[in-house]
Amino acid sequence: MEIFLQQVMTGLANGGIYASLALALVMIYHSTNHLNFAQGEMAMFSTYIAWTLINAGLPYWVAFVITLAVSFAGGVVIERVVVRPFEDAPVLNAVIVFIGLLVIFNSLAGWIWTYDIKQFPTPFGDHPVQLGNIFFRAHDFGAIGVTLFVLLVLWAFFRFTPLGLAMRASAENPVSARLVGIRVGWMLALGWGLAALIGAVAGMMVAPVLFLDPSLMSGVLIYSFAAALFGGISSPGGSVFGGFFVGVAEVLSGTYVPFIGNDLKLIVALIIIIGVLLVRPSGLFGKVSVSRV
Amino acid sequence: MDTANAPTGTVAAEAAIRRDRARTWRIWAVAALLVVTCVLPFVMGDYRVFQFTLAFTYALALLGLNLLIGFNGQFSLGHGAFYAIGAYTAAVMIHQWGIHYGWTLVAAGIVCGVAGFLFGIPALRIQGMYLALATLALALAMPPLLKYKAWEAYTGGVQGIFINKPHAPFGLPLNPDEWLYFLSLGVLLIAVVVAHNLLNGRTGRAMMAIRDNPIAAEAMGINTALYKSLTFGVSALFTGVAGALSCIVVQFVAPDSYSVFLSITLLVGSVVGGLASISGAIYGAFFIQFIPNVADAISKAAPWAIYGLFLIGFMFVMPGGIAGFMNMVWSRLQRQLPLARRRGAEAGHTGRTNSKT
Repeated sequence: MEIFLQQVMTGLANGGIYASLALALVMIYHSTNHLNFAQGEMAMFSTYIAWTLINAGLPYWVAFVITLAVSFAGGVVIERVVVRPFEDAPVLNAVIVFIGLLVIFNSLAGWIWTYDIKQFPTPFGDHPVQLGNIFFRAHDFGAIGVTLFVLLVLWAFFRFTPLGLAMRASAENPVSARLVGIRVGWMLALGWGLAALIGAVAGMMVAPVLFLDPSLMSGVLIYSFAAALFGGISSPGGSVFGGFFVGVAEVLSGTYVPFIGNDLKLIVALIIIIGVLLVRPSGLFGKVSVSRV
Repeated sequence: MDTANAPTGTVAAEAAIRRDRARTWRIWAVAALLVVTCVLPFVMGDYRVFQFTLAFTYALALLGLNLLIGFNGQFSLGHGAFYAIGAYTAAVMIHQWGIHYGWTLVAAGIVCGVAGFLFGIPALRIQGMYLALATLALALAMPPLLKYKAWEAYTGGVQGIFINKPHAPFGLPLNPDEWLYFLSLGVLLIAVVVAHNLLNGRTGRAMMAIRDNPIAAEAMGINTALYKSLTFGVSALFTGVAGALSCIVVQFVAPDSYSVFLSITLLVGSVVGGLASISGAIYGAFFIQFIPNVADAISKAAPWAIYGLFLIGFMFVMPGGIAGFMNMVWSRLQRQLPLARRRGAEAGHTGRTNSKT
């Protein structure tokens, strides 16, 4: 039983990371119906920026805030310059552009910071915390807390601010939103900025556990996609739930399903993705989208 | 448009003459290119020959990918997985069971064709971006699957499998590198002819109709589900044979050669070469074979940075890839080339010809 609880705890900690990145994916999907394949690499790049700032001697939280600001600006610029021309292009072209971005960020990180594995500090300390009979790292707690905090802030932003309302409106019905004077194009750019920012948080939370290198996010991204699809890619809350679910499912299947073990964990993500797409493409909490033909 | 007019008739005839001449030119160009390709291995060094051989196997894989993406509109970011399955089929058959490498090409084709067809069935329900995601997950899951302990006895686990270099059969006066060069070239040519015939027939029209408007295609009585999964199968078959060939050429397979980056490399080749074309596969193959060598001199990361820039750049300025660009140049030339004598007399009609062709 203790082992089981311990595993669930580890799963929840991983799940928090998947949930954050899934949230970033939902952000972009919600406004443009695009799956951003470059989200993971963008987060990885942000994490490297944070690493550079911390190594330059800045305190952790100062570096944290600067990284968020830089990531946000970066996301906005990418949307304006690279993604915008493909807004109405066929899906195929958009996917190719996202893959191009993925590859560029990956190689740029390798070019600038080399492919050596780096340690990334945690603000919560590495000491173990005891809860009843089970132990876990303080960082795990912190990571879950940060994820939930981000979710809360986002919810408040979309629920209570005029800007949030404008963003929701332009995602819901771009034409009408434009008619009432919302600058829809800029709302999309803001969405990209926010997604990049959330991704940066996810990157900085996962880096102390997985260590920092250019392929940091490739596995995480697939789990996050699985999470977002499972919870429903059109539902932010659902995707966070999906994140925790996928995190726990990954760890438990690794421990208790004999033939999966540690080696085939990635298969779990593949099965979830294909399974959800086949059985219930809108996910658990997503809206079923109907289109006229 | 106004075919009833008498002058338009002559314009149409002119256009037909131009097309005929252009076709003759094209046949000559292809024949010349083939002769050059057959002479090349005897004047190049062994390493160059090896590189060209690899480029041919890439071209075969890209041909499969182009059939799927370019002509059928289904997305795959996971063709590296089929390449890997083909390569491992060949390696295991040669290494474990001592089967002649020629048969492994056939076997790899069958195995991958079936695998692709089976993957194509669930893919029917998954569209656009989601299909890209599902195939990306497939590509990511491939290396761990190949390393998996249960079949380590066959696949050699992380270590992979080494096989021997085959010699030229029937006492042909070729060294092994040259033989593999001609073998790959031959397989590629067969594949090009097959793809060409496939696309210019009923099947090809059905594939393209599904790409352009799936609902209209279905309404016209095309069995969309069958054609889509069949295309997936044929595409995987081509790519699988390419994988098997590459395994014989390189004489080595290991799980980490078939990471997700192989799939992305194939995508780059397809996009740069030109998605909806047969010749694009060949341009693309030479691009992904030779550009990294050039770029490696700058930095280890440079090839990928260049790949990324090309992916986005081509989508911006040349969505048809090199093949699309060549076609454009070709059709411009075609208008310039023949009938120069009569141009003065019929200048008024050339404009209309252009809008018609």
